[in-house]
Amino acid sequence: MVWLSYFPEWILTHGAALLVVVPLLIGAILAIVPSERLSWVLAMVVALLCSVCAFGLMLQVIGGETITYAMGGWDPPHGISYVVDGLSGPVLLLISLMAVLCLFYAWPSIKAEVEPKKRAAFYGAFLICLAGLLGMVVTGDAFNVFVFLEVSSISTYVLVAMGASRDRRALAASFNYLILGSIGATFFVIGLGFLYMETGTLNMADMARILTDLDGGSRVAQIAFAFIIIGLGLKLAMFPLHIWLPGAYAHSPSFVTAFLASTATKAALYLLLRFTFTVFDVSFDYVGQAVVILLVGFGVSGMVFASLQAIFQTDARRTLAYSSVAQVGYMLLGIGLGTAAGAAAGYLHLLNHAVIKGGLFICLGAVWYRFGITRISDFRGLSKTMPWTMGAFMISGLSLIGVPFTAGFVSKYNLATAAADKGWWWAVGVIVLTSILAVIYMGRMLKQVYFEQPPVIGSEVAARNEAPLIMLLPMWILALLSIIIGINADILLDAANGAARVLLPVLAGGGA
Amino acid sequence: MLDFIFSHYNYAVVIVLMMTGLYIVFATQNLIKKLVGLSIFQTSVFLLYITIGKVKGGQPPIIVDSHGSDHAALQAAEPVLVASAAPVATHDASHAAEVLYSNPLPHVLILTAIVVGVATLAIGLALIVRIREVYATIEKDEIDAIDYEFNLEGTQG
Repeated sequence: MVWLSYFPEWILTHGAALLVVVPLLIGAILAIVPSERLSWVLAMVVALLCSVCAFGLMLQVIGGETITYAMGGWDPPHGISYVVDGLSGPVLLLISLMAVLCLFYAWPSIKAEVEPKKRAAFYGAFLICLAGLLGMVVTGDAFNVFVFLEVSSISTYVLVAMGASRDRRALAASFNYLILGSIGATFFVIGLGFLYMETGTLNMADMARILTDLDGGSRVAQIAFAFIIIGLGLKLAMFPLHIWLPGAYAHSPSFVTAFLASTATKAALYLLLRFTFTVFDVSFDYVGQAVVILLVGFGVSGMVFASLQAIFQTDARRTLAYSSVAQVGYMLLGIGLGTAAGAAAGYLHLLNHAVIKGGLFICLGAVWYRFGITRISDFRGLSKTMPWTMGAFMISGLSLIGVPFTAGFVSKYNLATAAADKGWWWAVGVIVLTSILAVIYMGRMLKQVYFEQPPVIGSEVAARNEAPLIMLLPMWILALLSIIIGINADILLDAANGAARVLLPVLAGGGA
Repeated sequence: MLDFIFSHYNYAVVIVLMMTGLYIVFATQNLIKKLVGLSIFQTSVFLLYITIGKVKGGQPPIIVDSHGSDHAALQAAEPVLVASAAPVATHDASHAAEVLYSNPLPHVLILTAIVVGVATLAIGLALIVRIREVYATIEKDEIDAIDYEFNLEGTQG
């Protein structure tokens, strides 16, 4: 590939390790750097470096290859290996690019929302969170996953709690998240313990091989699967386990919400895919049944109930948080179809939803930055006071609903076709129904924005007060990306099909 | 039945601790007690891992000198595994004697998990300090009530 020649050799060979090591080290250094400006610049440099590494890795694996990097020269299965393939590559690129975009927006936003003396350390916590997220996607060692899961979670609790200087409820929300997140991680590690009992290895590829030899394994492996699903379900906000999410998204600093909504649950969802399809296998009886009953069941009920809950929220960020839970349901439905097309559609929605929700939360953050409002009823006439912000908000919002020529449409259309191919017409019905519910909750906000007059404060109508350019930049990049994907999704479809080939090598071989 | 429980008492202990911890987390309203419950829950997992590392008759996993004293005793040890975790067997070059070791890996894993647990506990306690400063209470139901009233004030204003 021509592009590859532009990358320096050390990035191509050691990219997988650099992705994790650099943010982790610089994150620790930032904790003691006194200057806010310096720490922002360093964080930005690290995020850009990660993006370059992820892009270089992505180019190497796009043809279906797998890169295995033996950490410290210890060969797998005994050493820890980092694995980049068609499934993890796009998620790595997504996480690091979202980090870059969110950091642009962080500069003014953090100034407004976090106390001065905490800002430098804040970027440190952010980088450690980034390292954790990238680590849990790139690693090929099951226990390493747990460690990175906790690295990212613990720094996330800190980031969420930083919202306390603008909203004290962030503290309670962060504590709630800490309790549930720790329970989730502990469930996951219990599952790993059982899996280790069954297979005697921690390397994921090795586990997969041994489990296939054992034809799914004994009851120990089944229990391991149950614990892992529940643990990851808590982390990715699978419907009945989502109660930590709205609080954490609604009260944390808006930069944190934008970053988490587009990366944290996505990384956990990636792990769910990894464990269900490649470590275990849908051809095992118990996995096949669990996927259909649990993932589809919870996914569909999440789509319906969380969308309904979103409609009745008064707070804009809370509405979008519930909408996130509903969108996770779409992805679970796609995975639960158990076909290559379904997995590809779920995966595509994972990428698209990150772009859409990231954009929406950045817009809401900009509104808070200018006017200090998050309540939907206060959004009156924002189209006049912040036309550019609201333009991006509308595009991303329409994309969330799934209007044609937007990213949301592409993934929902693929999902519906995949469901129809399997003969699940009821699932198509549910997708249409929840899209209508999305029209209602997005419509409530857009109505306030576009069809109401700006509020009168004192004797004057609220004046035009556009968000600064550095905030407009990321939100418009994401909004335009939504449209570009909507018009021509070939690259993303290729990536999704590549991921499906990793997940279901047999099924996707003929179809994709 | 009773025999079964007593012969697997280590698992029984793990299950009792696990359920106790989980119950405390959900049953109590006091944030500190919630953290106590969480710690007990996590500790049960540490025990589970340590338990599966034990190999019946296994020696401490330190490479024995080939001219060491008690080879006979080691070989006599019955190689029955408590769990299916594989024993680490090394070949002695001169005598080709198999030495049965306990599995050290779970201990190493659990060291990491303990560190994670401590970090979680520290963050949790730090949050409780801040919550008490702001809300003047550490009871979850009271905090919820305060937040609820705060939300109501907002809608009227």
